[in-house]
Amino acid sequence: MSDTVLLSITRYDPEKHSEPVFQSYTVPYHEDWVVLDALNYIKDNLDGTLTFRWSCHMAVCGSCGMMINGEPKLSCNAFLRDYQDKTIKVEPLDGFPIERDVVVVIDSFMVKLASVKPYLIAKEERALSEGEYLQTPAQLAVFKHYTQCINCLLCYAACPQTKLNEDFIGPAALALAHRYNLDTRDGGKKARAETVTSNEGIWECTFVGACSQVCPKHVDPAAAIQQTKISASVDWFKSLLQGNRS
Amino acid sequence: MDVVPADILVIGAGGAGLRAAISIAEASPSLAVSLLSKVYPMRSHTVAAEGGAAGVIKDNDSLDNHFHDTVAGGDWLSDQDAVELFVKTAPLELTQIEHWGCPWSRESSGRVAVRPFGGMKIERTWYAADKTGFHMLHTLFQTSLKFPSIRRFDEFYVTDLLVDDGRCVGAAAIEIRSGRMMAFVARAVIIAMGGAGRVFPFTTNGAIKTGDGMAMAYRAGVPLKDMEFVQYHPTGLPGTGILITEGARGEGGILINKDGYRYLQDYNLGPPDPWPRKKAMELGPRDRLSQAFWHEQKKARTVKTAYGDVVHLDIRHLGEKKIDERLPMVRELATTYCGVDPVHAPIPVRPVVHYFMGGIHTDIETATLVAGLFACGECACVSINGANRLGSNSLTELLVFGAFAGRNAAAFATSHPLPREALVVSLARAAQARIRTLFEREGGEESTSRLRKLMTHTMETGAGIYRTRESLEETCEFLTQLRDRYDRLQLEDRSNVFNTDLIQALELGSMLEVAQAIAHSALRREESRGSHQRLDYPERDDSNFLKHSLAIYRGTEPPDIDYCDVTITRSKPGKRVYGDGAP
Repeated sequence: MSDTVLLSITRYDPEKHSEPVFQSYTVPYHEDWVVLDALNYIKDNLDGTLTFRWSCHMAVCGSCGMMINGEPKLSCNAFLRDYQDKTIKVEPLDGFPIERDVVVVIDSFMVKLASVKPYLIAKEERALSEGEYLQTPAQLAVFKHYTQCINCLLCYAACPQTKLNEDFIGPAALALAHRYNLDTRDGGKKARAETVTSNEGIWECTFVGACSQVCPKHVDPAAAIQQTKISASVDWFKSLLQGNRS
Repeated sequence: MDVVPADILVIGAGGAGLRAAISIAEASPSLAVSLLSKVYPMRSHTVAAEGGAAGVIKDNDSLDNHFHDTVAGGDWLSDQDAVELFVKTAPLELTQIEHWGCPWSRESSGRVAVRPFGGMKIERTWYAADKTGFHMLHTLFQTSLKFPSIRRFDEFYVTDLLVDDGRCVGAAAIEIRSGRMMAFVARAVIIAMGGAGRVFPFTTNGAIKTGDGMAMAYRAGVPLKDMEFVQYHPTGLPGTGILITEGARGEGGILINKDGYRYLQDYNLGPPDPWPRKKAMELGPRDRLSQAFWHEQKKARTVKTAYGDVVHLDIRHLGEKKIDERLPMVRELATTYCGVDPVHAPIPVRPVVHYFMGGIHTDIETATLVAGLFACGECACVSINGANRLGSNSLTELLVFGAFAGRNAAAFATSHPLPREALVVSLARAAQARIRTLFEREGGEESTSRLRKLMTHTMETGAGIYRTRESLEETCEFLTQLRDRYDRLQLEDRSNVFNTDLIQALELGSMLEVAQAIAHSALRREESRGSHQRLDYPERDDSNFLKHSLAIYRGTEPPDIDYCDVTITRSKPGKRVYGDGAP
């Protein structure tokens, strides 16, 4: 391995550029550097105008999602050593408008997230003096992995459907709705159904499964969406039967 | 200049800010809340907390136990009335966030599970595997979406608090995406902007932890209290400083030196067996453990690596199943960032700057000396943490004092008029001058990255785990020079759109002010207490220093250091005993 690595990075400043261009930087190669370390090296030593989001550097804050050699990745856990190519290409997340360089506008996601009512709608109200709701480890295990989403939006960048229909609520938000629906403390499934099963909801998903492949936290949004589809179908069928009976 | 009025302005949307905003929205839905953050709420650094949140709920425990653990853990510098309020409210707040959906780990009965933590007599730390902060933050953020009275301003960088005649009337901010300067007008303001770990070179803190909230309160005339007390967490990964939770030791992990020896037994924390045992060995408090590392290093009993000396945290005996259930993130982090799978090998660790016990001087009501200005969370110093915080008290503190700040600010807002818009705009314009000077400067010869590096280096060498008069004087002197050089800082980026060059320069300004407060407070405290250890004054000195320090801003001059009394209610300062004979 050579002692330097070349990064080709999207540059776009709406005050300067009519469209994005690429700029290349040579940075030192370190076995244990991640792409984010290389970006910080550039920012601190070569070009203070390079613009990217980051904070935790431990894959939990979800700030630093980018396309790295065409794949959606957290730049804080994409190691230089895993890229054998001469150049590493760094671009903003697919499917989002570019704000500047590799920073994207995520307003649409914030709206979609809120739209699924991603909070507990208590099945039974409980006073604080009564203590916690009881929930066994087995009941927790049913939804626990759907709680792991860090909102990094790699799944939106990977999903083909978000590009065909920009209103598609998308993997992370739908998985979160499912997380609350599965929680034994929650009674809000009906309240969420209006959005979740709307034209922009689960039925838009064509089950490509790309979201689950790129998820850095193994949330498996594809499974959440499929389970929601089945559950919604069962609910619909039940309502039909009940309708016939009355 | 764009003006945004609201009843209450909450600055910072991490655990404390979100809890405050929700408490206002629940208690007073008619009050309009502006919730500002320089990042999206879910990026806030609460997200990185791992091990858990302390609160008494089990029959084998008592509020008294939590009180005494916290006060002794803080080396008697905590205000005991605040600690009493804290331990009493903690279980209610933790239950509240459970009711909001936080996925706490459970016992087979379905009740919330607790784990042991350092310096705690009884296991009382609620946990959500080892991602407790992440789950708390997302639960709070998602819950906040229920409330229409909370209007979020994501990615707005607040530059200054605006104060008129002793009352806080709002804040000046930059909308990061457009570079627009804005004036936020409010009847009451809450600062919940977190710590300042980035003042040091090696820290668990994310890039955003630059002490902006502390610095702006300080500039607005609020003293910074007990800033010399900086917590080193004993177990960070070398190189990155990524935190390996104390929960790993709570579950039974051990620390060994290069000879495979559990060295903590040599530092009044033993005997090593039986293990695990509360308040002993690896479950001693963080200050003692980090100091023990320093001594091991002096004795050349640590392990050399490319990223400095380390000891080993061994959790192999817990077995793969328990590690995956209780400590999945530890396994993931060590494997990804260190190439060590803790199921099969010990994890290399070293002490790392983690938490500020000190911060914005508030009273027990979270109020500051500026009317209408409240502070909570790590940026504030109430103080419950004294000279050394016990692990798992800070996540609880966010909730307890975040909720109080919300309620108290709401009461203030209800009884005070909205400040005049014209007044606030004129104050904001004046505040803007500083940014304009920086933004428009030509021919400055200093760079943010260079000054930042020099600052973090002098803080580590002069104001680290062990300090001396000489080392601190040198650091104080150098910081004065750095602040002078900061006035010749040259930006490279002149764009209005998402200008991180500008934001980083402003953050550096905050950090230099906070660094000065730390170094000068440390220089003046001629004793050793908790996390503040002076080689030239190795003993605690209650007759002269059982006091909170107050660093007072003096513009370009170094701060004045004043003192105020510690509130003692029922625990007379005594000897901190861990290991054999711990109470």
